[in-house]
Amino acid sequence: MTVIADAPVAGAPTGREEAWRFTPIARLRGLHDSVEGAVGAQVAVVTSPVAAFAHVSTDSLPAASGPIEWPAALARAASTQSGVLTIPAHSDSAVPTRVTVTGTGADSTVLTHLVIVAERGSRSVVVITHEGSITLSANIEIQVGDGADLTVISIHDWANDSVHLGRQHAVLGRDARFRSLIATLGGDVVRIVPTVEYSAPGGDAELLGVFFAEAGQHIEHRLLVDHSQPHCRSSVAYKGALQGDGAHSVWIGDVIIRADAVGTETYEINRNLLLTEGARADSVPNLEIETGNVASAGHASTTGRFDDEQLFYLQARGIDPETARRLVVRGFFAELVSRIADDEVAAHIIGSIEEKLGDAPLDEGTI
Amino acid sequence: MSILNIHDLHVQVESDAGVREILRGVDLTIESGQTHAIMGPNGSGKSTLAYTIAGHPKYTVTQGSITLDGVDVVSMTVDERARAGLFLAMQYPVEVPGVSVSNFLRTSVTAIRGEAPKLRDWLKELKAAMAALSVDPKFAERNVNEGFSGGERKRHEILQLDLLRPRFAVLDETDSGLDVDALKVVAEGVNRVREATDIGVLLITHTTRLLREIPAEFVHVFVDGRIVADGGPELADEIEASGYERFLGAPATS
Ligand SMILES: Nc1ncnc2c1ncn2[C@@H]1O[C@H](COP(=O)(O)OP(=O)(O)OP(=O)(O)O)[C@@H](O)[C@H]1O
Ligand SMILES: [Mg+2]
Repeated sequence: MTVIADAPVAGAPTGREEAWRFTPIARLRGLHDSVEGAVGAQVAVVTSPVAAFAHVSTDSLPAASGPIEWPAALARAASTQSGVLTIPAHSDSAVPTRVTVTGTGADSTVLTHLVIVAERGSRSVVVITHEGSITLSANIEIQVGDGADLTVISIHDWANDSVHLGRQHAVLGRDARFRSLIATLGGDVVRIVPTVEYSAPGGDAELLGVFFAEAGQHIEHRLLVDHSQPHCRSSVAYKGALQGDGAHSVWIGDVIIRADAVGTETYEINRNLLLTEGARADSVPNLEIETGNVASAGHASTTGRFDDEQLFYLQARGIDPETARRLVVRGFFAELVSRIADDEVAAHIIGSIEEKLGDAPLDEGTI
Repeated sequence: MSILNIHDLHVQVESDAGVREILRGVDLTIESGQTHAIMGPNGSGKSTLAYTIAGHPKYTVTQGSITLDGVDVVSMTVDERARAGLFLAMQYPVEVPGVSVSNFLRTSVTAIRGEAPKLRDWLKELKAAMAALSVDPKFAERNVNEGFSGGERKRHEILQLDLLRPRFAVLDETDSGLDVDALKVVAEGVNRVREATDIGVLLITHTTRLLREIPAEFVHVFVDGRIVADGGPELADEIEASGYERFLGAPATS
């Protein structure tokens, strides 16, 4: 096995690289190798109970930390302006800060760069909603200060023609807690790379995700949690459902526990549910341990089918096929979503998935 | 009063090995309030009959009819049959991951009754029904049949029978795999429904163990895809004592 946290290859990916082998490069509208002519979209902050938001020149920010792939580095370099959301030290707000990114058409290339700084001891929730039609290369950089508790929920509810390459990198300070929920609900090609590193001991990262891939869509999540500090925790759980011909999801969960990261606790799991024939879910958990002293480490991956026997069972209890499928999908996702999202956000995510369920005709036998 | 009528039923199944006729002319009439038992050797087609009544898509009716109060059942979808009042307690209930028992039962009850029960009433009703079948309340939050033991699955089937109160219920080997105490609990559950409603019951079983708890006034012997003998409780005792030998190769009754 290669060292999973190796620096990414310099230069535009061709599709032969390990990290790009699943991605349909030809459908990226060139985002992988050039962002010329791209516009920097204004990231709109809708509500912000405590956070301060400012646009700053990207040059004034420190260099990106953590591994960064070529297309993300290109987009970062070309984003002259960055939106910086600062959550003041020791502030505490249950009301989420809401950020939206709205696409207005797939033909123009858009770059965004958002920095979220949760200062020491703060507690807050940020909800970023992505909607519309877009060709986007996005960087989100997150700093969770010492003792801070930050939740970031990213909802990618794109129109079917959207292309989105996204990097989301979080750095956790001492005893920091970072919770992330990524919901990718549509788009032609969406490839999200959530990565986490720890700058001090005691950090705790919970990374959750849900995704729904429809016919012809490619939905990819590649996670990397880099345990380089002692006594940190990470817990990763992603669930995906797929429906329709050529629906394809990719989930890669890389966790590395370096020699100094003694006392690490980590667990990662990916569950996929195939709702129809013709859909494919690739799922690859990787756990690399370089110390003999971990507290616990594990991973799991399952891909199952909602099959005719389950449908028969539910139908035999009077439940019509449409409701049966809704019941199964809702049950599959709800528990995970509600671990992090409040009722309103959970309703948005589940509602959006249920809408898509109606898209596929129920044919005899298969559902 | 309702009548479930099965007439000259021929059913085939398509498998990798080709098309095969499994039911070869079944005649059976069950009226409200009656309890019938079917006994027959392994592989004779008992579960096929049960699944065909429920409408499992693997089984194709090629001849004959199933009617409920004169209304054709064969052309109904699976869920329509359930809503019409037919219930099958399955021999091998399947797991439905991701769906909790409480959510499943409420959805099912809503579909069958035509309206959602009020949440407070429902929680009470569910709690009482679970207690009556000695089902641990924790099961409400578990996923349907997931990790249930064989006996727990059977109890869960009867819990549904109790909540759904169908007009006719087919119980496919509900007794198999149950220990002595569980058998009593399950039989009491069925008997409660029999006393409270005028349900018609078809018990599929291999032993008289269940029939001692749930008396059936009609007993039918099922061999090779058809009923070959009809009688009362004494027929069950005879089978338990001497097996099916005298029925093998017998012509169909009726
Ligand atoms: N879906 C199927 N595909 C292929 N063969 C089937 C299928 N269902 C039933 N059969 C065959 O039909 C015959 C009758 O099966 P069935 O399950 O109805 O028997 P049974 O009387 O219920 O037996 P048991 O007492 O063991 O439960 C068997 O030979 C079985 O292998
Ligand atoms: Mg059987």
